[in-house]
Amino acid sequence: MFDLILFLTLLALGFGFGQYLEKQHYKSIINRESSLKHIPAIATKHLPPEFMPCSTQMVCGNVVISIDFFKKFVSGLRSIVGGRVSSYESLIDRARREAILRMKEQAATLDANYVFNVKMETSSISKGRRDSIGSVEVLAYGTAVIQPTSTN
Amino acid sequence: MILTTLESVPGKSISQHLGLVQGSTVRAKHAGRDLMAGLKNIFGGELKGYTELLHESREEAISRMVEQAQSIGANAILNIRFSTSSITQGASELFTYGTAVKLD
Repeated sequence: MFDLILFLTLLALGFGFGQYLEKQHYKSIINRESSLKHIPAIATKHLPPEFMPCSTQMVCGNVVISIDFFKKFVSGLRSIVGGRVSSYESLIDRARREAILRMKEQAATLDANYVFNVKMETSSISKGRRDSIGSVEVLAYGTAVIQPTSTN
Repeated sequence: MILTTLESVPGKSISQHLGLVQGSTVRAKHAGRDLMAGLKNIFGGELKGYTELLHESREEAISRMVEQAQSIGANAILNIRFSTSSITQGASELFTYGTAVKLD
């Protein structure tokens, strides 16, 4: 009986806080994405020749985001029937966008105009045991291209 | 030392190619951080301790790569890539590699 109460409490806490934090996080992501729109992140390898007088610097951003108890439970149920695990999709989406934003924020402090050759790297920090910590790390890195400010 | 993920540095030409350089570090989490992360696993959200830990470890890997490049007389590292792998439960390896070159 006590176990059941504990489980339900954790589930409710996970659902409540998890949803709240996710909503807050998405709100801040959308705000910052629109404020950093002037620095496009591009996956091209080669710098076009017309960019020419410019300097470059490597920038990177990383973030580790944890799952919550509710998501863990839902994904456990999902793994019985299979299919799309949308509770994890939103988690990874948040992590990716946050990592790109942090990279762009670093580029913004350098007054960069573009971030070229952006690569992403995802890893799960712990996997395996059922009661172990579940979290995902995303690293985004690229080369900030800084063009000298001209009046055109 | 110029670090870049591109294949060239704008406005400079490569005078000498010095081969691959790499840096890696293996880090374990410590128990205190693990406890906090365990709590966070109920509520969700960002694990700031881990984010910092991995960031520091990656800096360490980069500095090792830079050291190696300096010892063979390079002044730039091109086409840098990162890679992460978990070796065992609780420890992960952060690895970075690139091409060391001498620029004019």
